[in-house]
Amino acid sequence: MAETKSVLFKIRRQGSPNEKPHWEEFELAWHPGMNVISSMMEIARNPVTRDARQTTPITYDSNCLEEVCGSCAMLINGKARMACSALVDNLEQPIKLEPLSKFPVVRDLAVDRSVLFENLKRVKAWVPVDGTYDLGSGPRVSMHEQEEAYPLSRCISCCCCMEVCPQFNEDTGFVGAATISQVRLFNTHPTGAALKRDRLLALMGDGGIQECGFAQNCVEACPKDIPLTRSISEVGGSVMKQAIGDLFKR
Amino acid sequence: MRQPKIIIVGGGLAGLMATIRVAEMGVPVELFSIVPVKRSHSVCAQGGINAAKNKKGEGDSPWIHFDDTIYGGDFLANQTPVQGMCDYAPALIDLLDRMGVMFNRTGEGLLDYRRFGGTLFNRTAFAGATTGQQILYALDEQVRRYESEGKVSKYESWEFLSAVLDSNRTCRGICAMDLRSMEVRTFPADALIMATGGVGAIFGKSTNSVVCTGSAQSALYQQGCYYANGEFIQVHPTSIPGEDKLRLMSESARGEGGRVWVPKQLGDKREPNSIPEKDRWYFLEEWYPKYGNLVPRDVATRAIFKVVYEHNLGIDGKPMVYLDLTHIDRATLDRKLEGILEIYEKFVGDDPRTTPMKIFPGMHYTMGGLWVDFNQATNIPGIFAAGECEYQYHGANRLGANSLVSCIFGGFTAGPNAIRYAKNQQTAPGSGHFDSERKRQEEINAGLMKSEGNENPFRLWRELGELMTKDCTVIRYNKNLVRTDAKLVELLERFRNINLSDRSMWANTSFAFTRQLYNMLQLSRVIAQGAGMRDESRGAHYKPDFPERDDKNWLKTTKAYFAPDADEPKFEFEPVDVSLIPPRARKY
Repeated sequence: MAETKSVLFKIRRQGSPNEKPHWEEFELAWHPGMNVISSMMEIARNPVTRDARQTTPITYDSNCLEEVCGSCAMLINGKARMACSALVDNLEQPIKLEPLSKFPVVRDLAVDRSVLFENLKRVKAWVPVDGTYDLGSGPRVSMHEQEEAYPLSRCISCCCCMEVCPQFNEDTGFVGAATISQVRLFNTHPTGAALKRDRLLALMGDGGIQECGFAQNCVEACPKDIPLTRSISEVGGSVMKQAIGDLFKR
Repeated sequence: MRQPKIIIVGGGLAGLMATIRVAEMGVPVELFSIVPVKRSHSVCAQGGINAAKNKKGEGDSPWIHFDDTIYGGDFLANQTPVQGMCDYAPALIDLLDRMGVMFNRTGEGLLDYRRFGGTLFNRTAFAGATTGQQILYALDEQVRRYESEGKVSKYESWEFLSAVLDSNRTCRGICAMDLRSMEVRTFPADALIMATGGVGAIFGKSTNSVVCTGSAQSALYQQGCYYANGEFIQVHPTSIPGEDKLRLMSESARGEGGRVWVPKQLGDKREPNSIPEKDRWYFLEEWYPKYGNLVPRDVATRAIFKVVYEHNLGIDGKPMVYLDLTHIDRATLDRKLEGILEIYEKFVGDDPRTTPMKIFPGMHYTMGGLWVDFNQATNIPGIFAAGECEYQYHGANRLGANSLVSCIFGGFTAGPNAIRYAKNQQTAPGSGHFDSERKRQEEINAGLMKSEGNENPFRLWRELGELMTKDCTVIRYNKNLVRTDAKLVELLERFRNINLSDRSMWANTSFAFTRQLYNMLQLSRVIAQGAGMRDESRGAHYKPDFPERDDKNWLKTTKAYFAPDADEPKFEFEPVDVSLIPPRARKY
């Protein structure tokens, strides 16, 4: 008889933003279909470390568990990805879990990613509708345009693209790929285009699109396969055109 | 006149739509949500949103949409508000379209529509198979716009604990907890709109998101709100069984032609693709020739249960059936269903374009909820409710793609109604109720933190989920329901011996969860007892001992209210508004 298979986890713990992080190891009995979230749920039911020490359940962000809400991004074996879709059978052990490194830690694996939502405000990532009253149908959109825009609007704000970007750090203040891609989405929408210039201006200067170093890590890391590098190059072109245009208007 | 202030709890479709409506009318909003609103559970809705725009020349109309909804709900829904929703649905689609929702298009650049369950018309607008996500984002963006204009203040990572009620039992604000600092605070408001979703977590594993515990509704029920039709729980026929949750496999898969079948022979070991047509049983198509695979969810779920548990047919002896898309061409699948195919691929590892999916029914939607009147107002003055957390649009069974429209419509009307109420509001008698409510909540917290028992909240939750799934979902027997309620009392008893393995006062998720668990236990009794009382079968509520619908005795809304002294639910019933469509037998 083979021994009961087990799964080893090594999890970086940090009680609060100012505490020093430490590591804890957990050993769980293997069963089919385990993923990183279901494993942490199991730890919550029995919060005991591998060396039989009582501990606390792991704090992490999660909600939908089907990779569409964007909550559970973390570093799994060093890679920025969603924990719900990280199937244990596909991971090398011990499975190392760490919080995303570019965002302030709240506790354990939970981080504060509100910077992305602030960036979306800065670039006015919305369609400026007149109001909610019954004003008839929206603009015609061809099948082709819909097929270009739809993948961009599937961004789940997980921030993996920002985590892996060498330029996304405090020094540059770079907005990151997700925000730039949303600029492309709203600038191509017939009504959204009304704010095109505002959005492009928001991407000029420090922290703007010129901070991109073309490392292309973003497009690799995106769990939704969003064509981020194409968005960056298209929006980059528009920003350039806008800047030159504005220069000659002076 | 004094400027009123509105608090909205919950940032899914209903909460965001209400926020937009209130902000648009120039009234300040404070929006509370456990998660950043963009991560709310509405994001999981897949297949689409109904509106009878009749864009395929089939003769569809809002009246037929209304009739399908009432009939699909087995005549338990009050008809006047449902008609209002179906009439306004086309305008809501236009609004979403204007907001930039990337709906699928026809060759002419118009919105495309597809089939869904419980109707014979192409009535469902869709954005791939991630319609909820797309609509949630559009509303989230509009709210962000108002936020940047200073008209909306968001309190994300805050959890609603209770309403603040004055000595006249009128709502004057809320008591909430910061999920990081664990600080308990009260917030005054002239009206409150609850939009806190469904109760999936009561069933342990469901298609719902982690935050869908029903804790907020339960807290209000314990404060005096009626909770209506709690016994009506939708079990979706097609979900992917999983370790941590049941992942939804949208009805749109069948709307686009997906077929449900099992191997005819017990224990057939062949791979599904090598099982010839003659050895497959397309039981839905055989039993329901008119609607086929698109019968309403309660009907499809019971059919699957019958095949699996009575005919003992499944897949290789396991309780599952095939949902087959392999006959549909890849380009169509990718264009119309990619989001859900991707989920199946990522979580199961097979490609549903080439291999039939293995699925089984899973708890999905809460038809019951906070009782509201036709203005979305609960029975406590100042508290409104919209979306899945209230009861009024779906009766005994919700039709697919009606949830998005009911959430948006509910929020759309609740917003202005709450303002109207708030503007006519008298000032409160005194203000001591804020302090006393905060103290009451702080005492609950202190009690939990001190509790030195031996019960792990997450293990207790698992027991609750297994219990409720077994006896309070698809097939219900009175004997088991009585036992379930007794067991719930026992779980509530054991809850007193809870032990938080985490006693820190920073981002303590176990602590927040334990508070939710108590509320789940209290609300579970409403579901179990409500099911026990209703001796008939109607929509999703099915009792083999009472297999027929009984309009004479049970064409009525169940209203549970909490009796604090007895610490348990009491029940009243009220007649259903059937003023527009006379009830008829429901036969698909």
